[in-house]
Amino acid sequence: MASMPSIKSREIRIAPEVPINRTLRFWEGLDEGRVYASKCKGCGQLRFPPVADCPSCLSQEIEWVDISGEAEIETFTHVVAKPESFKQDRAYTIAIGKLKEGVKVLAWLVGFKMTDVKIGMKARLTARTTPEGTSTYQFVPP
Amino acid sequence: MKKVAIIGAGNSKFGNRNDVNVSELAFESVKPSLEDAELRARDIEYLALGTTGAGALYEEILPAVVVAEYCGFTEAGLIRCEAACASGSAAFFTAYSAIASGKVDLAIALGVEKMRQVDTSTTMEWMGRAGYYFWEFHNFGLTFPAYYALYANAHMAKYGTTEEDLALVAVKNHKYGLKNPIAHLQKEITLDDVMSSMVIASPLKLLDCCPITDGSASLILASEERVRDLGIDTPVWVAGIGYSSGTANLSRRQDYVGLEASVLAARRACRAAGITIDHIDLAEVHDCFTIAEIIAYEDIGLCKKGEGARLIREGQTEIGGKIPVNIDGGLKAKGHPIGTTGCSMIYELTKQLREEADERSRQVPLRKYVGLAHNVGGTGHYCYVTILKR
Repeated sequence: MASMPSIKSREIRIAPEVPINRTLRFWEGLDEGRVYASKCKGCGQLRFPPVADCPSCLSQEIEWVDISGEAEIETFTHVVAKPESFKQDRAYTIAIGKLKEGVKVLAWLVGFKMTDVKIGMKARLTARTTPEGTSTYQFVPP
Repeated sequence: MKKVAIIGAGNSKFGNRNDVNVSELAFESVKPSLEDAELRARDIEYLALGTTGAGALYEEILPAVVVAEYCGFTEAGLIRCEAACASGSAAFFTAYSAIASGKVDLAIALGVEKMRQVDTSTTMEWMGRAGYYFWEFHNFGLTFPAYYALYANAHMAKYGTTEEDLALVAVKNHKYGLKNPIAHLQKEITLDDVMSSMVIASPLKLLDCCPITDGSASLILASEERVRDLGIDTPVWVAGIGYSSGTANLSRRQDYVGLEASVLAARRACRAAGITIDHIDLAEVHDCFTIAEIIAYEDIGLCKKGEGARLIREGQTEIGGKIPVNIDGGLKAKGHPIGTTGCSMIYELTKQLREEADERSRQVPLRKYVGLAHNVGGTGHYCYVTILKR
């Protein structure tokens, strides 16, 4: 930050509202304890994160598939230096896991001892509602 | 397509530059580049600006026009180019294309970034958002070091790369940074210094990470006719540019041991230049984190996949080795002002290919007078590879 002479710019708060209208079932599913992937009705491609439009066949019709949650961890990191909006959180572990269905998911990994986290280990993907009421998903021990 | 050459190059001092605002910082590289080319700002027909922090890290939300006015380019065609950390190379490609297509004869590629007008955790926030904000930052708080840490752990698990190997990249780049007067970090470090520095995102530690840096770099480009008319002694020709991109979501990637965008961009650049990778005398690669340099060796083809760590262990990427890499200190020691980096890599190659390295011990011996700049945006979200030939 400035230690040299400076003028502070005017402050604005920026928090855009992100539409979830077309993937609403996914967010409702999380609240019901389910994690859905999207499946294209045109070409059958399963996707996570879910999409409302298929970039492969251009179909705009999808169905929702309840995924098993069985995952194998492909990589991870323990985040110590946190960004501004996560300052209140304790150090967290981010992992990418490949689900039995073939799609991959990036999410927090919780419930493991840090030194036990290894590439290739099994984990389970579950829906989660944070204490603040945010709908999300995470990896937990199988 | 017309041939295009670099006829002027300038680079500001990199570092914590809160002594100047964004326009003044840009001027610090524009001035020497114009003087180098013996031109005035009003001679330039088109300006492409690489910058990413506009309105977020610094106060001007539409900086191309602001910087252009300050530096005397009003009336030139203007564009701001954004390709995350490859914005400087994207600006270079845009300026190059304006000449190659025959639209203009003189253009400038300018990179400028101000990253230190806000506090560190705010900068971490903006950088962390530089992937897919909604799916990978909003709920999970990925940081820029964390992105590359995901690759580091996967590379270590698959190929046996160690944390010491990563640290060796930092040691090498600091060694050269010390000899580069524009570098942000001018300090030699030891393997122990890196290994004992605090963990940022495991396995990456503080000294595995590039610093948060302000800086600008400027390149004047000209058509072959104009090179002749101006009587330029040592034009450095743009031999080929390659580009590619990867998925925004890291979860949609095939694996985490290499960047497919780098592989494709390097291949396309070599094809455009009509060379193979063993033709190059030196390379600038995108070492925002130490693991990124090791992965870059493999992705651009300096070694086989999985053998990157061996190159650094054997000292093959130092002057005197098989292929000198990041002899300016790299992003790691010179610093990484995001939107400037691509132009600064090309600045270094231009100086090296003209055999004008500021300190003689930093001059790479040249055989074919060919250099390569590999500039990644995000974590393989974007990639530009630029090949120059004197």
